[in-house]
Amino acid sequence: MSADNAIALTPARAPAAAARHWLRLFRSELRIVFLRPRNLLMLLVLAGGPVFLGVVLYFNTPQPGSGGGPGAGAFIGQVADNGVFLSLLAIFLLLTLILPLAVAVVSGESVAGEAGIGTLRTLLTVPAGRTRLLVTKWLMVLVFCFAATMIVAIVGLVMGALLFPIGPVTLLSGNTVPLAAGLLRLAMIVGYVTAALAALGTIGIALSTFTQHAIAVMAAVLVIVTASDIADAVSQVAVIHPYLPTHFWFSFDALLRMPIGWPDVMHGLESFAVYTVIFGLIAWFRFNRADVTT
Amino acid sequence: MTLPHKLARAGRLARQDVTDVVSSGQAPDPLSVFAPPGPGLQTGVPPGVQPGGHPQRDDTDLAIATRALAMRFRGGQLAVDHIDLAVPLGSVYGFLGPNGSGKTTTIRLLLGLMHPTFGSFRLLGADPRAGLDAVLPRVGALVEGPAFYPFLSGRQNLARVDAADRTADIGTAPARIDHALDQVGLLAAADKRYRAYSLGMKQRLGIAAGLLRPRDLMILDEPTNGLDPQGTREIRSLVKQIAADGTTVFVSSHLLAEVEQICSHVGVMSTGKLVFQGTLTGLRSRGDSRIRIRTTEPARAAEVLAAIGLTEITTADAEVSAALGEHPPERINARLVHADVPVAGLETIRPSLEDLFVELTGEGFNVSG
Repeated sequence: MSADNAIALTPARAPAAAARHWLRLFRSELRIVFLRPRNLLMLLVLAGGPVFLGVVLYFNTPQPGSGGGPGAGAFIGQVADNGVFLSLLAIFLLLTLILPLAVAVVSGESVAGEAGIGTLRTLLTVPAGRTRLLVTKWLMVLVFCFAATMIVAIVGLVMGALLFPIGPVTLLSGNTVPLAAGLLRLAMIVGYVTAALAALGTIGIALSTFTQHAIAVMAAVLVIVTASDIADAVSQVAVIHPYLPTHFWFSFDALLRMPIGWPDVMHGLESFAVYTVIFGLIAWFRFNRADVTT
Repeated sequence: MTLPHKLARAGRLARQDVTDVVSSGQAPDPLSVFAPPGPGLQTGVPPGVQPGGHPQRDDTDLAIATRALAMRFRGGQLAVDHIDLAVPLGSVYGFLGPNGSGKTTTIRLLLGLMHPTFGSFRLLGADPRAGLDAVLPRVGALVEGPAFYPFLSGRQNLARVDAADRTADIGTAPARIDHALDQVGLLAAADKRYRAYSLGMKQRLGIAAGLLRPRDLMILDEPTNGLDPQGTREIRSLVKQIAADGTTVFVSSHLLAEVEQICSHVGVMSTGKLVFQGTLTGLRSRGDSRIRIRTTEPARAAEVLAAIGLTEITTADAEVSAALGEHPPERINARLVHADVPVAGLETIRPSLEDLFVELTGEGFNVSG
């Protein structure tokens, strides 16, 4: 290997090699998360949500068009008419607790879990690079948020198709769109919910850099979700509502109207982005300076 | 198993090429890794702890060089108290000290896991302020016992460690992992879950993680902690083997016997301070010898010893002992015999390594109490 060769190859190869090495770490990270028995069980529970709902509604079929009103009721009445709504109903109901819980577990585990069992010191002395590892962890959480939402949506669709008729989708605004357009709306909702969960996951990662106890982070994240929900329900503090992390979580129903309520959707995405950036920076500052004592 | 060796060597060559390219492509920086230490850094270094007593220490020959390295915990405890480590390249350096004397904290500082409150250090000649990540691939480390994912097998765990290494050769990973497992004798148990490993197997897997690629320095923190005698022997021979390949080994331990058998150099820590540093022979030659005489008349023997000028005389039931100093023992014997003291036995006692260790680090609480 001559020096000329090395010089000629290095500039062209270096970014490609760095990308290959990063992809390898990312795959390893995904394997750790998605092969961990506990996480698999959690995804199974998530998949069980729409199955349970589908079976319950199949045997207790609500009157078509009944329910109505805001929230879950808007979807329940529609499920018997159109199985697509089972998917929406499942996302809506699981987003109140189970989906945030799953994200709290995985994001809490991200840094604190590695610190707790000591693997963090191994990774850092390899060296994996602190920023590089943190970015990998964040993308892993993003993938997990997407996978968790997707599982609920897909299983919901499959159960909906098995138990109920599937066809053109009647939106919340009363207009009916073809099935393909309805599925597109569902895909957009999956994206929106993924963004909401990713913001929560970033909060979890940030907290995770402060402790070696993953369980403490999980508890803290769930406290944040609950406290935010409670504050959101108290009209006396309406002035802070738009700043609460969960305030826009359920604004995805704007995607089920004709025309789409873009201002609501954009407000939500902005809120998620701000939370992601702030807590991403906190995580980065903290993780790059932290003394690893485990 | 020649293929992994070849691959490993090729990896090392390739790495050097990259280093050359990088260093030649940059403008010389007065504060760069390769800049000689300024004269200001020489001050404040206690001369007593330098090997050979050289006032001008050349850090480029050292695998690890620290200057007044200190770490104060948030609680105010000075865990590492301005130590000046000098670990020569190619040595097997035993880092001794009782539990809680600051050994592991020092190692964490050296590996960039913690940030020192004061002082500086160089690892294989590189200054951490210029980024430890450039030099850490050349350092294999086992810090405070092995740490792996319990639900993964030994092989999967090593793959995970290797995947984190952005300079590892991806193509040779399976061969390198198998080679590392083979070196520590875990190839047969490679696909068992880590959770099912015995303590000795876990320790060996920890060392295997350090052997995934050729290293210039291995830092092993208490590698035999909690092992049975067989396990300890296995680790000892493994360390010898690693050192025989030319790797500098820095091994911390609170077990004297272990250090005595494998180390060329020792540093002794006590409550955060480096109380001794030098060769093992240097440590052995420390401490004063004593003379011990077995006799039926210890009182008279003690009188004779006092007349010769010996000090620290202690008499027991049927023996007398005293600090030998520079007195030749055969002359003492002659004087005793001349004074008609019956000498049933006479010996000079060099302090054992354990005595020296205790002398340097203090008695345990239940010994001195």
